[in-house]
Amino acid sequence: MSNEFSIEVHELTKKFGDFTAVNEISFNTKKGEIFGFLGANGAGKSTAMKMLCGLLSPTGGMAKVAGFDIYKEREKVKSRIGYMSQKFSLYQDLTARENIRFYAGIYGMPDKEIKLKTSELLDRLHLHDFADVQIHSLPLGWKQKLAFSVAVFHNPEIVFLDEPTGGVDPVTRREFWEMITQTAQAGTTIFVTTHYMDEAEYCDRISIMVDGRIEALGSPEELKRNFGARSMDEVFIQLARPTADKIG
Amino acid sequence: MISIKSINKSYGAVMALNNINIEVSKGEIFGLIGPDGAGKTTLIRILTTLLLPDTGSAQVMNKDVVNDFRALRREFGYMPGRFSLYEDLTVSENLELFASIFGTTIEENYYLIEDIYKQIEPFKDRRAGKLSGGMKQKLALSCAMIHKPEVIFLDEPTTGVDPVSRKEFWQMLKKLKGYGITIFVSTPYMDEASLCDRIALIQDGHIMSIDTPNKIVSQFDGKLYAIISDKKHGLLKDLREFPSARSVFLFGSHIHYTDKNEELRKAELTDYLKLRGHDKIEILEILPVIEDCFLALMGNLKDAAHV
Amino acid sequence: MKRFQAFVKKEFHHITRDWRTLIILIGMPIIQIMLFGFAITNEIKDAKIAILDHAQDEHSTVLINKILSTDYFQLEKYLADDSEIESIFKKGKVKEVIIFESGFGEKLEKEKKANMQIIADASDPNTATMLLNYTQAIIVNYQANINLSKKLPFSINIQSEMFYNNELKGVYLFVPGLIAIILMLVSAMMTSISITKEKELGTMEILLATPMKPVIIIVAKVVPYLMLSFINSVIILLLGYFVFGVPVHGSLVLLLLEMILFILTVLSLGIFISTATSSQQVALMASLMGLMLPTILLSGFLFPVENMPLPLQIISNIVPAKWFIIIIKGIMLKGVGLSVIWKETLILMGFMAFFILLSIKKFKPRLA
Repeated sequence: MSNEFSIEVHELTKKFGDFTAVNEISFNTKKGEIFGFLGANGAGKSTAMKMLCGLLSPTGGMAKVAGFDIYKEREKVKSRIGYMSQKFSLYQDLTARENIRFYAGIYGMPDKEIKLKTSELLDRLHLHDFADVQIHSLPLGWKQKLAFSVAVFHNPEIVFLDEPTGGVDPVTRREFWEMITQTAQAGTTIFVTTHYMDEAEYCDRISIMVDGRIEALGSPEELKRNFGARSMDEVFIQLARPTADKIG
Repeated sequence: MISIKSINKSYGAVMALNNINIEVSKGEIFGLIGPDGAGKTTLIRILTTLLLPDTGSAQVMNKDVVNDFRALRREFGYMPGRFSLYEDLTVSENLELFASIFGTTIEENYYLIEDIYKQIEPFKDRRAGKLSGGMKQKLALSCAMIHKPEVIFLDEPTTGVDPVSRKEFWQMLKKLKGYGITIFVSTPYMDEASLCDRIALIQDGHIMSIDTPNKIVSQFDGKLYAIISDKKHGLLKDLREFPSARSVFLFGSHIHYTDKNEELRKAELTDYLKLRGHDKIEILEILPVIEDCFLALMGNLKDAAHV
Repeated sequence: MKRFQAFVKKEFHHITRDWRTLIILIGMPIIQIMLFGFAITNEIKDAKIAILDHAQDEHSTVLINKILSTDYFQLEKYLADDSEIESIFKKGKVKEVIIFESGFGEKLEKEKKANMQIIADASDPNTATMLLNYTQAIIVNYQANINLSKKLPFSINIQSEMFYNNELKGVYLFVPGLIAIILMLVSAMMTSISITKEKELGTMEILLATPMKPVIIIVAKVVPYLMLSFINSVIILLLGYFVFGVPVHGSLVLLLLEMILFILTVLSLGIFISTATSSQQVALMASLMGLMLPTILLSGFLFPVENMPLPLQIISNIVPAKWFIIIIKGIMLKGVGLSVIWKETLILMGFMAFFILLSIKKFKPRLA
């Protein structure tokens, strides 16, 4: 990549009929940055995220992900990103090993590398004893950690995490965030949505979307200072309160 | 109002509930707090007569959940974890359906749901499937309340909902409590604990603690410190490597720390951190919140399991 | 009662708001009957035939001319001997070969009896049956004509043979079979899917936690499908009558009552499937594999039961559609009354009672 930005978004817009889901949002993310993408339900977060992942065509503006245009180079975008969500991540009826093999195969990784890295990964997650049991019998926390590892297995430049820690116990949630931090330090950009406001504090920078617009953007400290708030929770509520009940 | 005695429930080899005992009195907001897979849904389904316990018994409004299940189903209100209304019916059709199931009308008990329902009434001819998450919740709560139950069970009503809608939802629950309704609610969000009168912390089918939020916090073992420095990322690792560290957890912008010694030697820790290149070090003794207690109790549970 | 009404209303909303499915459910019978109908009654024109005339006398020549003078047949070739029959069929050049024995006319005059043979390519069974029937009709007609002027009747002994599929039987009577299949599809499959759908979406969980009696939930579900199925059968009857001239010789009231009985039977079957399955997908597969295939294959709709191997004949007895097809054929085509079909009617009632009891026994008032 020629410049320092992993994601560049300029006045990106998505309209569904006469409803504007995403309204001229602009931001950049740096390499290795943890970027928190917050907003109330229906504020337009998932629509924006789908556009950046190349799953949805914008109706206006421009965006580059990993240096590729999301209009013209969707396939290239898709090969450079990882994605994980709370709802869909792994095939429940495949084993951990099979899931890794499958996703690595999608990204065209050579067999030898897959084998080597799989073993490394299972070591790191202490999953060796459970590598060959079907995923559905594993505890949720393990699944989510494994899902994240699979999402970054092919060394993507950016990984999109859609509420990755929903319902996960407090200990595992923290372990999960340590994994995120390590991955970011290795140079991968993390683009993450969450409803846990303490997790917002772990991000380098945060944007808060309200009704399709980005109403606040900055580091947690900056935002708290600007809004005269003690916690991110307060910042969020100040911003989202008046319009929290819009439909989307 | 609700009385749970020695309930056990297994799915195959997995112990979903392990000797659960809870008493909830009339007009209480009781919170069942724990992560996914802790057994919250199983317990609520047993109380709502939808599942049978393996052993133990439970009464809701003095009716046995196993033997008197038919009679009991007339009494309570229930809002399951997943949005379980008819998405192809409109808002008002859903509400009418539930009113007629209980042989009542919307008008009869309207005062009870008025505050909640009037927020979604402008959309009453909209199909339920087209509502936003927050509005779906309000509709589901309205449907669960339409027959004026004395006790309602809410299974993770705020999961996946943004903080603003969550706050509003809890305000509605407070209002219902004002009508004398007993509320049994489960949630994975630890910060909602303080909104309950009493709570049970549940993990892996075990109740780790059961009391008022304040009492649970006061039972926190040892002193808790919030620590911050200019090197956010390295701090966690360095604190863990501090010889007398007992627990070190990320906690929003700070790190929550407990020490093996009764009294933390602040100067010693500050010097240690400075030696590792930290600056602007702040060490503050703070009051724990429920999540701190949960983390500590989880540690105990693990230790107990290893013995 | 108010609860019941509210539930029936809800079910109608479900059905009418899913208009894509509704169009399929109403449109399917119409399309199916048109397809079946036209595939079967399509007039045959200029079918290629070959003739092997060992006699080459007056009678055979006149008969050949009569056959070829119709629009149905066109002569491809006169064959010289028997060995050519097989090869001309193999090449697929002709659909039928007509063979006159040597001395056909002479025998007819002297012995009042002569033989001819018709062989048809039954790899396309419908066409083959039709060709055979047309040919036979022409021959019988010829026979009747010449008999008018004779004191002692002649008879031409026709020996017909099907090549490649000698078990073939007429499929004219498709309307009864089609009614059975459509009812099976709409009633059994749709009810089982609509009940399991509530389980899958979680709405069943919330209903179970209310004082709503499961019987009412299920009966309310059945009402709209009963009506939909009934409308479908009437559509098929009307189309059969007006478009294809399929008659109803017996009592129309009895016919409609028997249809309702069959609908109720398969509805109870659908309910049973839904109590035994928990996902729409499984219910769909169970309905398709467990109901549709036996109905199509074993009910006597396509393949006559009496030609099946014995084990299949025995199995066919537990296919409700088999009994229904006997009933409905009896009423529509033979014009019989209840005195003839009471046994089959009782069997259907037995099926219904059995599935209802089984469903009640299997229905769980709890989740697991």
